Amino acid sequence: MSDMDEMEDGSGIVKKFMFLNRKAPHGTVYALEGLEVVLITAAFDQDVSMVFTDDGVYQLMKGIDSKGIEVKDFSKTYRALDGYDIEKLYVDQASMDARGLTEDDLIVDVTVLAVDEMANLMAEQDVVISF
Amino acid sequence: MPMVNIAGKEVEVDEEGYLVDLSQWNEDIAKYMAVEEKVDLTESHWEVVNFLREYYAEYQIAPAVRVLTKAIGKKLGPEKGNNKYLYELFPYGPAKQACKIAGLPKPTGCI
Repeated sequence: MSDMDEMEDGSGIVKKFMFLNRKAPHGTVYALEGLEVVLITAAFDQDVSMVFTDDGVYQLMKGIDSKGIEVKDFSKTYRALDGYDIEKLYVDQASMDARGLTEDDLIVDVTVLAVDEMANLMAEQDVVISF
Repeated sequence: MPMVNIAGKEVEVDEEGYLVDLSQWNEDIAKYMAVEEKVDLTESHWEVVNFLREYYAEYQIAPAVRVLTKAIGKKLGPEKGNNKYLYELFPYGPAKQACKIAGLPKPTGCI
């Protein structure tokens, strides 16, 4: 609750965190748990970026209906990221192409990166965590 | 998990008293939770509680307090979107207490 206060008496170090999402949204708990970790990291005022690659791009698809498998549809939560000041969302071009997806198929605004651009972005990070 | 009887209905809550099944929520439950939290519900409290329910319906999460404050400021104006106003309504933490009354889970990132 006192995320702001803690930053004030703490050292206030801000690291660059990248969260790499590689798995389909349902079937494993990775996508949902990864999202929770991202929200918690943001509460500590860290520099957060999220990358969606491989089947991870499916996490951002519009029109997910998870009723049939009786799990919560958390795809709407990606839209709340903006309110948490998480604005750096990247998707991998090749993963999108391989699945026939374009930016219009996604629930949030993203930056599409080619593989070499993605590699540069990763090299700039202090921490990369993969889900 | 514990069951409590609220206005003649059995409802399941977690260890901290948060409602387990969001779809069971009604005004009686809100009033019960408010008594538990020692909050006297006024129009202003309901405004925040209803805001939280709308936020959850849209985003499927309970917002962290910082995010809640900002979002309330946007929707209801800066005189309400600040810590002082929200902590006066919910002294033990607006996100924590208001979420409980609204039947939402404890906010993510709320430690």
